[in-house]
Amino acid sequence: MICVVDYGRGNLFSIGRALDVLGLDYFVSHDPDAVAASSRVILPGVGAFGDAMAKIRELDMLDPLHEIARRGDQIVGICLGAQMLATRSLEFGDHAGLDLIPGEVRRLPDPVDPSGTRIPNIGWRCVEACNGYDMLGQLGHEPYFYFVHSFGVQCADPIDVLGSIIVNGEEIPAIIGCDNIYGFQFHPEKSGAVGLSLLAKTFGI
Amino acid sequence: MSDVRVIARLDIKSENVIKGIHLEGLRVVGKPGELAHKYYSEGVDELLFMDVVASLYERNSILPIVQDAARDIFVPMTVGGGIRTLDDIKAVLRSGADKVAINTAATNRPEFLTEAAETFGSQCIVLSVEAIKRGQGHWEVMTDNGREKTGRNVIEWISEAESRGIGEVLITSVDTEGTENGFDIDLIQSVARATTVPVIACGGAGTADHIAEVIEATKVSALACASILHYNKCDLATIKRRLRDLGCAVRP
Repeated sequence: MICVVDYGRGNLFSIGRALDVLGLDYFVSHDPDAVAASSRVILPGVGAFGDAMAKIRELDMLDPLHEIARRGDQIVGICLGAQMLATRSLEFGDHAGLDLIPGEVRRLPDPVDPSGTRIPNIGWRCVEACNGYDMLGQLGHEPYFYFVHSFGVQCADPIDVLGSIIVNGEEIPAIIGCDNIYGFQFHPEKSGAVGLSLLAKTFGI
Repeated sequence: MSDVRVIARLDIKSENVIKGIHLEGLRVVGKPGELAHKYYSEGVDELLFMDVVASLYERNSILPIVQDAARDIFVPMTVGGGIRTLDDIKAVLRSGADKVAINTAATNRPEFLTEAAETFGSQCIVLSVEAIKRGQGHWEVMTDNGREKTGRNVIEWISEAESRGIGEVLITSVDTEGTENGFDIDLIQSVARATTVPVIACGGAGTADHIAEVIEATKVSALACASILHYNKCDLATIKRRLRDLGCAVRP
């Protein structure tokens, strides 16, 4: 059973529908005990980093998430949820993150010419696998995923970058991972059949 | 060449997808669910649902349509038409949409854009602009499907909206919309230069050549297509092949 953490800042409808279609059992919860008892957790997220982390703290969700990570159980962060796995974020200030994957969230580089990528980076980008991450090769399609973000995680240890895209000449992590903690900067639940397939493989089906 | 998204635009009136010319003279072209699924299966990159009568009657009838589509369509969805309050935005996002397109409510009260961006994040706030040409290099912002004048200059309005935190601009030329005679390249070019956020060009696509022209000339991030798809002038695969031939990175 997958637990989708509901802290009021996620697109729960679409994530729920994706899990339904994949036949994955899940429940949505804002109860820290229920989250702590789960072995597979999705941390969604849309909006601003500082505000989202404040909600996580308000709901006493910090300890449960750290406990899950300590046990070696699975956490999958999506978009802002992926950024929240990092140590800190420089979005509108300086905010502490969950620090499950060491790194810093910084603004994406601006384009240097008219054909560059405008920020926010909105659209479908082809993700290149890094550090032997082999899921992308198993999806049966070119790994194009839907991104919508102005900030990205800079991992402290390059080994934690499992997939990347190039934004205005700079390599930006698209998939980060450390032990059983994964973060997708894109929205697999909005990335068509490829995204659904990646979710299925991440949860072992 | 950069990445380009191809968006299918579905203008909704009560339970139908309709299409007009210059946003008027509306004709029924299909059912929202059927067209949305068709374009999804053909590889559309995003869906744009516009409630074309919502501003007029101050009501929102589009939510069940969006919710139904979001049940088994897994690409981003943007919803516009009659978005007036933060609660409207919340309801749309809860229905499975990812972004909202705001026009009338923003021209009435620009602070609404600031409030929306601060509450939901810039990434989900699209400024929708309906433009009519008033002279060389001069376009007026219109509302209510090109019927109501605002007196605002399109380029100045977009600059102001950007400073209020919008994440994207949807620019629709009322002059070319529905004509299938090509985009107003001057307008799209001027808008692209006036803002740093991604621009979605809309209005006038009738052939893959029109799409190639606007992308080459303006380097916009996305195209919103209606007639060209609804009337089967050209399918998504052909449009995308053409964009790939231009060197754009396009999702297959």
